[in-house]
Amino acid sequence: MSQWFMLTLIGKDQPGIVAKVTAALYQGGCNLGEASMLRLGGNFTIMLMLSCEGTVMTLETLLTPVVDKMQLRLHIDEIEAQPRAHCSPDVAISVYGADRAGIVAQVTEVFANAGLNILNLDTDVGGEPDKPFYIMQIEGTAQQGIEKLQLALQELLAVQKDLKVHVMAIDTVVM
Amino acid sequence: MAILEILTYPDERLKNLSEDVIEFNDELQAFIANLEETMRAGPGGVGIAAPQVGRFQRIAIVDVSAKKKIKHHGRLVLINPEITEWNGFEVAREGCMSVPDYTGNVIRATQIHLVTQNEHGEKCEYDMEGYEARAVQHELDHLDGLLFIDRLVSRRHDLFQRKVYQK
Ligand SMILES: [Zn+2]
Repeated sequence: MSQWFMLTLIGKDQPGIVAKVTAALYQGGCNLGEASMLRLGGNFTIMLMLSCEGTVMTLETLLTPVVDKMQLRLHIDEIEAQPRAHCSPDVAISVYGADRAGIVAQVTEVFANAGLNILNLDTDVGGEPDKPFYIMQIEGTAQQGIEKLQLALQELLAVQKDLKVHVMAIDTVVM
Repeated sequence: MAILEILTYPDERLKNLSEDVIEFNDELQAFIANLEETMRAGPGGVGIAAPQVGRFQRIAIVDVSAKKKIKHHGRLVLINPEITEWNGFEVAREGCMSVPDYTGNVIRATQIHLVTQNEHGEKCEYDMEGYEARAVQHELDHLDGLLFIDRLVSRRHDLFQRKVYQK
């Protein structure tokens, strides 16, 4: 009986991490499922679903040589066998404004109360070092409809006058 | 009429190049009726191409008229279709009956000029935009053995440009 695992790796970004880790997993008889890798501020992280016959211990043993050599931190959880719980976003939201504390919390709270379930979130800081601005891109599902999110947006903008927010429907065309 | 079986990737036949239709006979009309019924039974129901049911001829059907508030030309049977002009581009998320349980972002032209024959072999020309133009580009790709997964763009940092609710 094979078991599904969620493997999380964090470390300093360096060439060859994905290749070395996946090679070790392949040689150990693991099957890869979905994966998402991200680089952020010179750091590397990947979340990777895989199935194999072994246990958390087997996987740790399998990966220790690579993990030690590349000075990565490894975390493994057993997960339910649902590697393909696909969920397509139906709304994209972009937000930008002068950088200040609390933007992400304020914006996501307002939208969460209006039924937004976030599937992807990316934020970035741009601008001059002494005049930074903040950009956030969100994709998600509008569980109470996109109109509810637009209403929430009006409320948000009444308070946060300098924020620029766009709410866009994502139409998935199935052909 | 009958609902035909849809080939699904990784069936390699979806990568076949389809050939021009030469004869516009009763057999073709019967096939088109079945192809349309198959399209209408599908999850999206806005388009289908003959190679998706294992017939490698340049035949597609597009009908986006169920979609509200868009420009369209109604039900279109496209035989030996060719796009002769492309303008603008837009990213949107597509799915396909031949690629189950997956959707992805694809760049398509926002406006096209299409030269085609209809089911009777008569030449027709259309200027199309938006949703209808996207559907036609998707179906014509099938005739060349291309799937939308051949044209994916990154999930991150994409530019959705439709329906902007802005303040
Ligand atoms: Zn398709």
